[in-house]
Amino acid sequence: MADIQGKVWKYGDNVNTDVIFPGKYTYTVSEPAEMPKYALEDLDPEFAGAVQAGDVIVGGTNWGCGSSREQAVVCLSEAKLGAIIARSFARIYYRNCLNNALPAIVCPEAVDAIENGEKVTIDLENGIISCQAGEFSFPPLPEAVMEIFNAGGLIPYTKKRLVESN
Amino acid sequence: MSQTFAEKILAKKAGLDYTVPGQIVEIKPDVILSHDNTAPIYGLFQRMGGEKVFDPDMHSIIIDHASPAPSTKHAENHRIIREFVKEQGIKEFYDVGRGICHQILVESGLALPGEVVLGSDSHTPHAGVMGAFAAGIGRTEMASIWAIGELWLRVPESLKITVTGELGEGVTSKDLALTIIGDLKSDAAIYMSVEWHGEAIQALPLSQRATLTNLMAEMGAKNSFIPPDKKVFRFLKDRARRDYEAVYPDDDAKYTREVKYDGGSIEPVVACPHTVDNVKPLSEIRGTHIDQAFLGTCTNGRLDDLAAAAAVLEGKKIADGRRMIIIPASEAIYLAALQAGYLETFLKAGAVIESPGCGPCMGNHMGVPAVGEVSISTANRNFRGRMGTKESEVYLASPAVVAASAVAGVIESPANL
Repeated sequence: MADIQGKVWKYGDNVNTDVIFPGKYTYTVSEPAEMPKYALEDLDPEFAGAVQAGDVIVGGTNWGCGSSREQAVVCLSEAKLGAIIARSFARIYYRNCLNNALPAIVCPEAVDAIENGEKVTIDLENGIISCQAGEFSFPPLPEAVMEIFNAGGLIPYTKKRLVESN
Repeated sequence: MSQTFAEKILAKKAGLDYTVPGQIVEIKPDVILSHDNTAPIYGLFQRMGGEKVFDPDMHSIIIDHASPAPSTKHAENHRIIREFVKEQGIKEFYDVGRGICHQILVESGLALPGEVVLGSDSHTPHAGVMGAFAAGIGRTEMASIWAIGELWLRVPESLKITVTGELGEGVTSKDLALTIIGDLKSDAAIYMSVEWHGEAIQALPLSQRATLTNLMAEMGAKNSFIPPDKKVFRFLKDRARRDYEAVYPDDDAKYTREVKYDGGSIEPVVACPHTVDNVKPLSEIRGTHIDQAFLGTCTNGRLDDLAAAAAVLEGKKIADGRRMIIIPASEAIYLAALQAGYLETFLKAGAVIESPGCGPCMGNHMGVPAVGEVSISTANRNFRGRMGTKESEVYLASPAVVAASAVAGVIESPANL
């Protein structure tokens, strides 16, 4: 697995799904490829136009709280975001990240140290974040979940299981 | 080994003697809930190679989020859902106007004690009011359950909330839940199971208890549980769809955190823009200008909520230049409110009554605010942009306070009208 490398977009605590992907689009924008256009629309209007593949979002506590809407993850995974590092994640958001193979990393020390706009490198297999302030480690994913992650997400994982059970 | 509710029920469902927090278990839920998102989930299911669902009898499908359809695009979404339901032989289908999914699950005897409910909606913990383990999940994982019938769950840590004594006059379970969210903050229960104990909880009617389990989503909870008692069993008589066996935590179970409240110390409160944990006493917020009052939602759109509002609105008028939107949480509640005369009271007061569903709660339709406007609502969420535009403010309060504010034109206590 190659390292994740990109520019940091840093935000605060309790960033909710209504500002990540507004509710008014939930039944009008249904194509995953269209979703990145609206990513973080009500939080940072510059993000959607400027985010590059591999970039990393750094959030505070409770990133992704609020609705269960998966578009709030898909609008970022479709933009080829490299990872989200946060002090903590809202539960459904965290699950949605893993199920869409978007690395969601809990590492409060890194959140404190990383500055907005700097370049970071993440070694997912060994659990290491490298930034200007140094290196920070984070615990690897639970094994049962890693299986889904390694399959490329829950869609390919379930596809494989369906084929196996037939 | 002594266990919390979550540890015990997940062990039972996984066929284990016990579980511990952090453990991953694979379980088959008893009930799976999807709403307007059924159509996009169907798309994901097909991408997984799914043709026939694993078990059509697990499904409960309710169209409520944008219902009846506000646009052709929404109508197309509904059409796909109706076709899917027919093609898969799903019996528990509730079309537009029947009610809000969380209310329907309870009212129709689908959410039962000792069962597991998983729903692709963040307020699924609501069903914990019946003693079920009920958690919200994402769309892709819902599609995966449709295909293979099971899902991984992490056994959560548990938070025990004990409320002693009783709530005072004019104080509702909404005030209790908002007070606790304001004190503990919106991330206090991330990934946790929240249990409600104590005589103040036992004294509450089921509709008021549901406000508590519903609102725990706003503290990040995975599920919320109230031990089922006689009130629950009586409610389920002639209503429960299956036999059930309640599951209770052990008295000596180990909780990650325990908090205690004296019911008598709770006062009416309001959650201020733009987070649910920005809670202030009503007495401090009185006089704040509002443009629109909204009474409804899965949080507070039940019959006793409408009764509380009707008692305030009886013989009064909505203030000049203000609007009040009222949406009963289900068809059954709508009918009961009609028979009780509440709807007449609302209409005479100048309120607008709309068909059961989520309405403007998440900004879809039926009375969204204009730029710069202020709403007071009985809903569960006041995030920036929630009701359709980020240039508006939403205050959350109990039904009586929302009704009193509609009459006063500013946030007001019913006691001061």
